[in-house]
Amino acid sequence: MSPLLAQAATEPINRAELLADDPLWLILLKAVVVLLIGPIFTVVLIVGERKIVGRMQNRPGPNRVGPFGMLQSLADAVKLPFKEQVIPDTADRKIYFLAPVIAVVPALIGLAAIPFGGEVTIFGERTVLQLIELPVSVLLVLAGASIGVYGIVLGGWASGSPYPLLGGLRSAAQVISYEIAMGLSIIGVVLYSQSMATSGIVAAQADGGWYFYLLLPSFVIYLVSMVGETNRAPFDLPEAESELVGGFHTEYSSMKFAMFFLAEYSNMVIVSAFATTLFLGGGMFPFFGADAAINQGWWPALWFLAKMCVILFGFIWLRGTLPRFRYDQFMKLGWKVLVPAALVWLLLIATVRALRNAEGVSTGQILIIGGVAIVVVVLLMLLIPEKEIPEDEGVVTTSGGGHPVPPLDLKVPETTPRRKAVEARRRSEEKQQAELSPQAAGAPGESSKEGESHGDL
Amino acid sequence: MRTEAPLVLAQAGADATVSTGEAVAFWVLGPIAVAGALCMIFARNAVHSALWLVMTMLSLGMLYMLQQAPFLGFTQIIVYTGAIMMLFLFVLMMVGRESSDSVLEVLRGQRLMAAVLGIGIAGVLAGALTRALTDVPPAPAMNPWTPEGGGAGGLARVIFQDYLFPFELTSALLITAAVGAMVLAFTDRHSKQGKRSQRDLVEARFRGEYERPSPKPGPGVYATSNSVATPALLPDGSIAPESLSSLIESTPTAQLQAHRKQLESRAAGSDTHALLDPEDGTGDGDAPAGAAATATEDKA
Repeated sequence: MSPLLAQAATEPINRAELLADDPLWLILLKAVVVLLIGPIFTVVLIVGERKIVGRMQNRPGPNRVGPFGMLQSLADAVKLPFKEQVIPDTADRKIYFLAPVIAVVPALIGLAAIPFGGEVTIFGERTVLQLIELPVSVLLVLAGASIGVYGIVLGGWASGSPYPLLGGLRSAAQVISYEIAMGLSIIGVVLYSQSMATSGIVAAQADGGWYFYLLLPSFVIYLVSMVGETNRAPFDLPEAESELVGGFHTEYSSMKFAMFFLAEYSNMVIVSAFATTLFLGGGMFPFFGADAAINQGWWPALWFLAKMCVILFGFIWLRGTLPRFRYDQFMKLGWKVLVPAALVWLLLIATVRALRNAEGVSTGQILIIGGVAIVVVVLLMLLIPEKEIPEDEGVVTTSGGGHPVPPLDLKVPETTPRRKAVEARRRSEEKQQAELSPQAAGAPGESSKEGESHGDL
Repeated sequence: MRTEAPLVLAQAGADATVSTGEAVAFWVLGPIAVAGALCMIFARNAVHSALWLVMTMLSLGMLYMLQQAPFLGFTQIIVYTGAIMMLFLFVLMMVGRESSDSVLEVLRGQRLMAAVLGIGIAGVLAGALTRALTDVPPAPAMNPWTPEGGGAGGLARVIFQDYLFPFELTSALLITAAVGAMVLAFTDRHSKQGKRSQRDLVEARFRGEYERPSPKPGPGVYATSNSVATPALLPDGSIAPESLSSLIESTPTAQLQAHRKQLESRAAGSDTHALLDPEDGTGDGDAPAGAAATATEDKA
């Protein structure tokens, strides 16, 4: 295991050394570019999302400002800061002002650890397309996400009104539960690539294949939890406008509202970039080796952005397609589906890695052992008795469509108490008649004569 | 590995120096951490206290990163600030924003115990600190890029090999606590005393175990108003008393009672008086209407 680890560790050191060599002006330049990626993508994404969702819903979308309405977000960006700020009377003012800032800053920092590409030369200076390189830069992105949620939760709390508070509460619960699933899916990647540095993970994928098919369950869990983590439809419960007015940002207006918007879209960009790094091979173009001309210089940055845009389109597609989850279903999905699935998958990965690291176990043996294990598990599953549905007594017999219908073997009784009573009364009346006119008395009790006597009366 | 650790420490003790950047960062982050801790204690509002604690934890995490332990630093931020303090905030928000600290002593002898334990911990900390200032050699700077350094590898080796048993004990304690919390909070909805299902509740309502079988009437939403404070009106124009919420300040009960009286007096001539209560429906003349007028003037 140690030679493998050492091999994985030497690659980032080279990158780290290149980065450490950067002069101050280059670091500043990169920092400015990284900070600008979030806002620029926000501006583009808002128009893009409105246009695409409009297209999906058979309507034109924004089409007034600029050619094809492409400058709509710019107009909005100019408009929003000049709108009036409305601050609720009951707001906790300090935290109310602080919350949008807490939401935005981590969202802008998160992109610093993403390796956009390989080695390039900027103004005669050799460097890599990445702002900082840490041995644990995967955790930097996760930490940024976990701090950014404070903005939403505190914004909801500090507004001092019920709907934002509910939105903040939902957000807190949502992030706690979906961060676990997200972290577990990332652990799979870390175990497989034996590196916690983002560039190390990209390098490992260049050697051994991309993880979106090697670690498919991890990828799916990451995709689901990333939507939950960024509060996007169908998991946008903290701002569910049909239930909570606007959720956590109901009481926010003007620039502070714009900052929440910026944070949301920047977070989308970050999780998409992170997914590209972890599962889609970073800036690598598939089918050609890492040494091909198409994977040198500035090209990887282009591939990276293209992959990122595909995932961002997925976000928009989801929003245009799926209705919002109910809150309890959402929590059930997180805790009862994603987390257990991620744990089982993680156990599997760890077992396979341990077997592979152990000497003298071939891939064929692993497959045989795995097959036997699966067969045993399936047989054990067959032994579990099916859950019996308890029969509810006192329920009307139903068949088909759930409507109460009489049973097929229904027996209509020959006589009923009421019919008996009617019969008895009639007899007593006849008896009285017979007593009054004895000459008309026939055979008493004969039912065939009843009709005649009625006719007489 | 444990055997060679003191050797490494001894070697590094001689030439261990603190770089300028680290010193500057320490003198910036240290006071912030201490200030956050103090403000956490003295803040009146529970949510503010939690936020000050978040600040302390963040600066501690950054100090770890500065000392070549980036894994520990980020874990501190993710686990403590990201998850645990978020749970605290969640509970505080559930309890409500008025949850400031009370001076009532709930547990008998709590303050005495707290004082004794607090002084004890302060003593232990002071002792450790004085010892650290005098005779502990500074640890060598490790290379976090190597598995033995401050990264995940070195930490995992220490936890899962050298200190495996204490680690397992701690995890057993945590699992016991988690299971205990679940047992205390668990209600079995299938047992007799368990949570009632929707059907049970409906039957209970119609059996008369509750105030009324239906929900209370909603607020009145009309063409002229869409506020929840607007009371709902009954078919005769009088106010449905159940639609009033005592929680909403803008509909004080007194004002609405006066308004109700006013409507009654207006309706006195018509045949709708049959719908009013027979006891107070007669002969209330001008006085309630006047009261209602003054009430509305006061409001204005």
